Amino acid sequence: MKFLKEKILEFRPQFEKGGKYEKFHTVFDGFSTFLFTPDHVTHGGTHIKAGIDLKRTMFFVVIAMVPALLFGMYNVGHQHFISNGEFLGYGEGLIDKLIFGAIQVLPLVVVSYGVGLGIEFFIASKKGHAINEGFLVSGLLIPLVMPPAIPLWMVAVATAFAVIFAKEVFGGTGMNILNVALTARVFLFFAYPTFMSGDTVWIADKADAYSGATALANSIAGSPGYSVSDMLMGFIPGSVGETSKIAILIGAAFLILTGIGSWKIMLSVFMGAAFMGLVFNGLALNEFMQVPFYYHFLMGGLVFGAVFMATDPVTAAQTERGKWYYGFLIGLMAVMIRVFNPAYPEGIMLAILFGNVMAPLIDYFVVQANIKRRLARA
Amino acid sequence: MFLAVDLISIFVKSIFVDNMIFAYFLGMCSYLAVSKNVKTAIGLGAAVIFVLGITVPINWLLLNGVLKEGGLTWLSPAFAEVDLSFLAFIMFIATIASMVQLVEMIIEKVSPTLYGSLGIFLPLIAVNCSILGGSLFMQERDYTLSEATVFGLGSGVGWLIAIVAIAAIRMKIRYSDVPKPLRGLGITFIITGLMGIAFMSFLGINL
Repeated sequence: MKFLKEKILEFRPQFEKGGKYEKFHTVFDGFSTFLFTPDHVTHGGTHIKAGIDLKRTMFFVVIAMVPALLFGMYNVGHQHFISNGEFLGYGEGLIDKLIFGAIQVLPLVVVSYGVGLGIEFFIASKKGHAINEGFLVSGLLIPLVMPPAIPLWMVAVATAFAVIFAKEVFGGTGMNILNVALTARVFLFFAYPTFMSGDTVWIADKADAYSGATALANSIAGSPGYSVSDMLMGFIPGSVGETSKIAILIGAAFLILTGIGSWKIMLSVFMGAAFMGLVFNGLALNEFMQVPFYYHFLMGGLVFGAVFMATDPVTAAQTERGKWYYGFLIGLMAVMIRVFNPAYPEGIMLAILFGNVMAPLIDYFVVQANIKRRLARA
Repeated sequence: MFLAVDLISIFVKSIFVDNMIFAYFLGMCSYLAVSKNVKTAIGLGAAVIFVLGITVPINWLLLNGVLKEGGLTWLSPAFAEVDLSFLAFIMFIATIASMVQLVEMIIEKVSPTLYGSLGIFLPLIAVNCSILGGSLFMQERDYTLSEATVFGLGSGVGWLIAIVAIAAIRMKIRYSDVPKPLRGLGITFIITGLMGIAFMSFLGINL
């Protein structure tokens, strides 16, 4: 570390105003502050001092995603081998599965980070801004919500679309309306539907004879087709990071303990989904409605979305009371889309985007109600 | 019972699935121009609900009682052959224009502040595409009178939700650092597109 620090201090003058590489100041600044706490301080005015800044916040979220990522790698391998009839046990061929999974998943991560950060660096140096760390999280979320068999160029296109049209046009990190990673996914979902849904995309290099349908797709006929423990642990086909509810909940616990993710949003999403599931159980008009409501948590990406995407502090409702309404709306919509809309087996993605669109309005009404209450009291 | 379910289904569909803004992109001009502030947006949205809720059933009466082939038989059986549906456009617009005039007078009387903030866009409801669109969809889809009323109100509510949601977003992005060339209408179009994606969650729902 000492060596790095000396090097940074040595090269810094060249990147500062008047230096040889002035143009690359933002890039240099981005890397050096990523490694060390910056030594420049604010002058004048009042400041709030806090040990946690954007970089650390984002990094904590990345740490929280690591269990889901690691399990995702294992599961990509696991699904591949059992589709070929090899290594049927969970523990068998562990190394082979991990290696196969890593070969599938790591390129996704590299492409998403490469394209996204490339665009961010380019725009930051054009605008002369410091580089924002927001993409650290989005760049890892994007591979986690992709089907394992997605072509890499699609990931690149989707990442570029999301970073430019969902984020940079609003002015970068902290200004966007829609969740960036979800925008990337929804872009692919509508642009290349055959690569984002169906039975073949959820297992990399699947043997033809093996059914790769997800639990959600099976549920239209009334039963997910996988055991509860498999769905809970995550030994099922699905997007890379969404399958293991246990790994996601470990991340959720970390986010809640560090105070970064809002437990109110997570809880209210679950409450909304459970409520809608119970209503459907009561109605029981078709087979999907009769699926027990708690299965909705075990199938698909509801838990993943609730923990990592609905809680995005930028696009979620900002007011504390608004968070309850926002989360409830998302949970409600997610289960409703799953059951009502035959075209979209997975509802959480569009439900969160809908929640993002409605969040500013929810905040507006919460604030107005507060003003009215205070005026009445005065 | 069956009728009620049918009406609720049309109502919900016209709000979410067939949203005037996000599914048909109708009524964009006032949607883009009067969405800077939630309060004004609610006012204009309410006016649109009112106008749609009145003009669609009136136009239905007009269409079925006068314009359609055989619509005039209640006057005399001799008119059974008369088909005036080529006049539908102009009659619809005449109805809409007079209704908008009425709304304008009511709002001016009831809430002068809202009247002031809506400005030119209040009379412009007369040429708001979603209003004429509502009447034309009514004609195309062969609704009954009760269906037409519910459809008109539902489309209005959908339009209100759309404009209020984008107004709240625009109030939020006032603090955003939008690149200069995109400020104003440019970013509003992009937001509308992104909102359209979010509303695609309803596309294909069969009620």
